[in-house]
Amino acid sequence: MAIEILMPALSPTMEEGILGKWLVAEGDKVSSGDILAEIETDKATMEFEAVDEGIIGKLLIKEGTANVAVNSAIAILLDEDESLSDATPAARQAASAAAQTASELSSSAQAPVAVQVVEHNLPENTTFKSLTVREAIREAMSEEMRSDQTVYLMGEEVAEYQGAYKISQGMLDEFGPKRVIDTPITEHGFAGIAVGAAFGGLKPVVEFMTFNFAMQAMDHIINSAAKTLYMSGGQMGAPMVFRGPNGAAARVGAQHSQDYAAWYAHIPGLKVVMPYSADDAKGLLKSAIRDPNPVIFLENEILYGQSFQVPDLPDYTVPLGKARIWREGNDITLVSFGIGMKYALETANQLAEMGVSAEVIDLRCLRPLDTDTVVNSVKKTNRCVTIEEGFPVCSIGSHISSVLMQEAFDYLDAPVITCTGKDVPMPYAANLEKLALVTTDEVMTAAKSVLYR
Amino acid sequence: MAAKKTSKTNVSKDDLLHYYREMLLIRRFEEKAGQLYGMGLIGGFCHLYIGQEAVVVGLEAAAEEGDKRVTSYRDHGHMLACGMDANGVMAELTGRSGGYSKGKGGSMHMFSKEKHFYGGHGIVGAQVPIGAGLAFADKYLGNGRVTFAYFGDGAANQGQVYETFNMAALWDLPVVFVIENNQYAMGTSQQRSTSSAEIYERGRAFGIPGEAIDGMDVLAVKAAGETAVAHCRSGKGPYILEIKTYRYRGHSMSDPAKYRTREEVQKIREEKDAIEHVRDLLLTGKHCTEEDLKAIDKEIKAVVNDSAEFAKQSPEPVLDELWTDIYAQAEA
Repeated sequence: MAIEILMPALSPTMEEGILGKWLVAEGDKVSSGDILAEIETDKATMEFEAVDEGIIGKLLIKEGTANVAVNSAIAILLDEDESLSDATPAARQAASAAAQTASELSSSAQAPVAVQVVEHNLPENTTFKSLTVREAIREAMSEEMRSDQTVYLMGEEVAEYQGAYKISQGMLDEFGPKRVIDTPITEHGFAGIAVGAAFGGLKPVVEFMTFNFAMQAMDHIINSAAKTLYMSGGQMGAPMVFRGPNGAAARVGAQHSQDYAAWYAHIPGLKVVMPYSADDAKGLLKSAIRDPNPVIFLENEILYGQSFQVPDLPDYTVPLGKARIWREGNDITLVSFGIGMKYALETANQLAEMGVSAEVIDLRCLRPLDTDTVVNSVKKTNRCVTIEEGFPVCSIGSHISSVLMQEAFDYLDAPVITCTGKDVPMPYAANLEKLALVTTDEVMTAAKSVLYR
Repeated sequence: MAAKKTSKTNVSKDDLLHYYREMLLIRRFEEKAGQLYGMGLIGGFCHLYIGQEAVVVGLEAAAEEGDKRVTSYRDHGHMLACGMDANGVMAELTGRSGGYSKGKGGSMHMFSKEKHFYGGHGIVGAQVPIGAGLAFADKYLGNGRVTFAYFGDGAANQGQVYETFNMAALWDLPVVFVIENNQYAMGTSQQRSTSSAEIYERGRAFGIPGEAIDGMDVLAVKAAGETAVAHCRSGKGPYILEIKTYRYRGHSMSDPAKYRTREEVQKIREEKDAIEHVRDLLLTGKHCTEEDLKAIDKEIKAVVNDSAEFAKQSPEPVLDELWTDIYAQAEA
């Protein structure tokens, strides 16, 4: 009986992909294990193998097609003695219905949030281009490597593999193996080598495949990189960037799902950046690479594929340590950063429907932390909710809340509520994982609570 | 152990005198530091280098201008041997503004960009990848420099050392890994902490050549250092020197020394002392007289006393220093 070959999910966060190339033609006989197609995911170009044997009856999707939803039918596989017209319509309908659902899910998950961008100091007539966060990070690194020969990239799979998350795709070709360096899987060792290289006059960009693995390198990040300037009485420090995806991805369990924002923000001597949008990712990373201090640059796998308008300028930078107001409002201040901004902006939209005007602040940097922008906003709105995916104890929100108590106590009309991830290791089960993360509903509940509504 | 010794011929009087002075400076400096510690002028951890002087003095004799060094917390000897000023080192020990780190680093954390000394690291083994990283930078910049990464027999059991051996060999980094085997990792003897007797052989798994050296013989250390440096500088990658030495004093000032006998220490002092060895060479070779050596002793004593005086007189850092040097400012 005819089988529909469906677009496969080839990474934890993949919702759609590009059908890059068919390696079979209609009428070809295939057996299990034969490579059918090359599929480009959000992480890499993958070869897609046949599971069943049969004859390719029809290729439903042309090669080069982008945005092919996971689970949509891409080809029909026939039995040897079967013709295309024998393929049962019911099976085909079922498959295409499944594909439909997947694509609806995917579009609702990535529904663009209406934003009103405030505080952009750009030259007149600046044009914008649409870039994913992934492309923005790549552009930032490449631009800085073009302008400064001492900047280099090292990490696991950054070169030949083209980046575990495709961040450094193409960079080996442009910059060569001297400057785009694959390391063995030894975070402790290569982080230490990078610190030494920074002492020795280079500006390393160290990619951690994810920040979960940077715990192996924690001693060098904290003791060797962050403290040396102080311990040397200002003689030498470590001008370098540690970057990579941080926080929960999707269904990867407790050891691979953790937000380290508060950990690094704790340490004097480090700067800590956690961008939400592509324009900030680009501008902040360029500033981070130029900064003479060790900078922790926390990215998010789920945001990598999301597109934003980025100023089309030859050298777009964003200063470290300045929060960004995404939306001005008078009734409540929502403070977040990184992927937490998604919930903050969604909540602001929902509040707007209730006639409540929310001010949304993206901290962007957690060290130095722009508390002035938050305090000034709360002096206007008198209410504040913080949103982040990290654990609740000693969170960024707890710190903001303490700053507000000390600097804006008389302006507060309600206690600050900190919305965070739950105080549990990340579970694997889909329903529990959803429950463990912060949700827009929770933020709405918190917002209503401080608004007494 | 069949640690390599060299013949004692073909060494000039000037060289011998230089080694004698340098080793004596370290010993007298450390004795003074121990004294100041006892007086409460130096605080915290203070790890003395007495007994191990021939290691750094021999290797510095093999280094060229611009070569780099990085070591652990037992770092006073390395700093003096690479030409850092005794006053600045002693004043850092007393936590004064005239110290190399303005009093903010202490015994374990001093640096000198000018002398290419990259610390003074307090976490056992952390300086090993840092040393390889310095060598990485030199190779990247193509400047022909070599880095000495010093660590002890205790640090030799740290995992990051082997991560570093792997990458240093993989990338042919010009780094000499110097294992200063003083036989005790704090209070745990090598026999009780280390599965193999010959630590230098551990490089073999990574294709890194290594050898064991008698670290109480400054000439043997220098000769081995020259071989290692030539290897690294010619682009052949890293080299391991396991230098068998001995620490006369405790691990730190608060070491009760219950793990070894007084007799063991005394025996090495009497039979193997590196300074006495050079002194003998100078005298038996008729390079100089007892009187000449006494004059040198006096000279060194004066340098050390001056450094102690400087370290006592140098003011404590101004209180504003608490808040400086946390972040570097971008150049305009």
